[in-house]
Amino acid sequence: MSPDPDLRRALRFGLRPGRWTVLAWAAVAVVLAAAPFLLNNYQISTLSRMLVFGLLAISATLLTGVTGLPTLGQAAYFGVGAYTAAIVARDVTAIGPVQVLLAAVAAAVVALFTGTLATRARGVPFLMITLAIGEIAHSAATSWSSITRGSDGLSGIPRVVPLPGMSELRLDGLVYYYVLVMAALAYLLVRALVRSPYGLVLRGVRDNEARLRAIGYPTGRYVLAGFTVAGGLAGAAGALLVSVQRFVSPGDVGFSVAAVALLAAIIGGVGSLPGAMAGAALVVLVRDYIGTDLGGRGPLLVGAMFVAVVYLMPQGLAGLGHQLRRWFSWRRRSTPPPAGAPSSAEPETTPDDPQPSVGSDRSAT
Amino acid sequence: MDALATNLVTVVEGIAFGLLLFTLAVGLSLVFGMMDVLNLAHGTLYLVGAYAAYALSDGSWWGLALAVVVGTVAGAAGGGLLAGMTLPLSRRGHLDQALLTLGVAFIAAELFFEAFGHEVVPTAPPEALRGSVELFGRQYPVYRLVFIAVAAVLALAVYLVFERSTLGALVRATVADREMVHAMGVDTRKVLFGVFAVGAALAAIGGTLGAPLLAPGPGIDERVLVLSLVVVVIGGLGSVRGALLGGLLIGQVQTLGVSLLPDLAPFLLFGAMLVVLAIKPAGLVPAGGRR
Repeated sequence: MSPDPDLRRALRFGLRPGRWTVLAWAAVAVVLAAAPFLLNNYQISTLSRMLVFGLLAISATLLTGVTGLPTLGQAAYFGVGAYTAAIVARDVTAIGPVQVLLAAVAAAVVALFTGTLATRARGVPFLMITLAIGEIAHSAATSWSSITRGSDGLSGIPRVVPLPGMSELRLDGLVYYYVLVMAALAYLLVRALVRSPYGLVLRGVRDNEARLRAIGYPTGRYVLAGFTVAGGLAGAAGALLVSVQRFVSPGDVGFSVAAVALLAAIIGGVGSLPGAMAGAALVVLVRDYIGTDLGGRGPLLVGAMFVAVVYLMPQGLAGLGHQLRRWFSWRRRSTPPPAGAPSSAEPETTPDDPQPSVGSDRSAT
Repeated sequence: MDALATNLVTVVEGIAFGLLLFTLAVGLSLVFGMMDVLNLAHGTLYLVGAYAAYALSDGSWWGLALAVVVGTVAGAAGGGLLAGMTLPLSRRGHLDQALLTLGVAFIAAELFFEAFGHEVVPTAPPEALRGSVELFGRQYPVYRLVFIAVAAVLALAVYLVFERSTLGALVRATVADREMVHAMGVDTRKVLFGVFAVGAALAAIGGTLGAPLLAPGPGIDERVLVLSLVVVVIGGLGSVRGALLGGLLIGQVQTLGVSLLPDLAPFLLFGAMLVVLAIKPAGLVPAGGRR
């Protein structure tokens, strides 16, 4: 009964991935595995950061794209995870997965607490509240110096040990492999979640929450759970960041980090996980690589990307191929849309049309 | 008695800060209330005014007047520009508009810091107002008292225009039901442009006059934006009275609250938001009509 093209695609791919999809993934895997042999140290650590920001972008996509709640607060949970991991690494254990797990749990707890407020809102008010949460986290990182050491940040973090019994990773290339494996695991977990019945409910919240509620889904609880999971994922990404740069400062919790995560999620396209990863890679590349070449004008470029994406690429990377294909099939043979899809136009997946109000209980339409 | 005096001074400080927040938040609130356009470049408009004050005020009255005029005009122009950029996107949904203003904020901020340096630049008030007076047995800067008076007059003017004039009624009606106002033959786009420009000009005036309280620099645009957002969320979207109440409340939270509970300082803002929204989900003074 659902005319959602995303959903149809997801179901099809879930059952039987297309040949091109498999080939594309294989190519990506080969490139990622070969990267340390081809790149210099700076490039490798940039690549590691791309993976970290990719996970952060996925956590933003989980809210922005899948659930339809645009967020500017993921840097807060990223920061909770990063600081937790840094403290665990410094005082408890250098074993990476333990750090990631504890960081994810800490971030999820904070997300659960703050989410009770944020998830009362939908649409742009949600964006406002998450932005405020992110900024409060930033000021906490700056001023709560007994734990975070203020703007000096936490340094002196030992090198990461991937598994008990192994030695610490001294080479940037090995750290990259560790981050790659952890990121791949997290990616698969999130993918399974998005394709589960629970993920379908989150998509339902995005498309028509009132109807879901009418059927009897307690959507508020589902959204809060999604918010918590996204927070935990951002926390895991924060832990990986600590393994890469062995340093955390309030700059890693800042507004620009949250903005980059949202930008990457938007570039990636609505609810697309590979798109979010690619978007993050693009943003980090532009900001850290081209921006550095231009004399540290990263923020300027990030701003220009925002403007460009809004005007030129409203569907994001993932939507680009989709859109082109539709245009082509449209021009070749102007067949009527298939039965069951009432409108050929992509449903505007902006979340805030039906229920714009904070905590509204009446159903739309 | 001593502690009381200290706290009273802090309360006065909070009033000054709260009125500053009102001038910043009211434009954001009205634009959002009318068109659901979240202007994430609002903090940048504060920078426009504050940098005008930094660049032009040389300690004389004329310098201040010049800064106010330049800041206001530049702010209004910026607001008009933002309105012109976001309006074509109005069919596309509100997230795109917010993202566009976010991009503009990044670009504009970077250009500002390129021009004025990547440091917070302290801005001195005019020489005639640099002294301090005795207040509850403490020395208190004259400028802040004058600021309170000026900002109170400004807030009163905005309130009267908005609540008591025909023009204000038109704006309020547009907030409540844009389609209906449009159907009655009013060009709601003009109203939107006007409100966007006036709101931006107010934020810029806030920046010009507020620069000695909250000096411009990197991160200040975000701080101003977040404080305004919290004020708007607490006060109620699209409501002038709400912005005033929310501004004064957050002003106290940020000064008195921080001085009473320094350990919890970073979390007070969130706590205030949590408490208010738990009691009144739509904010203290929800705008009438649509919501």
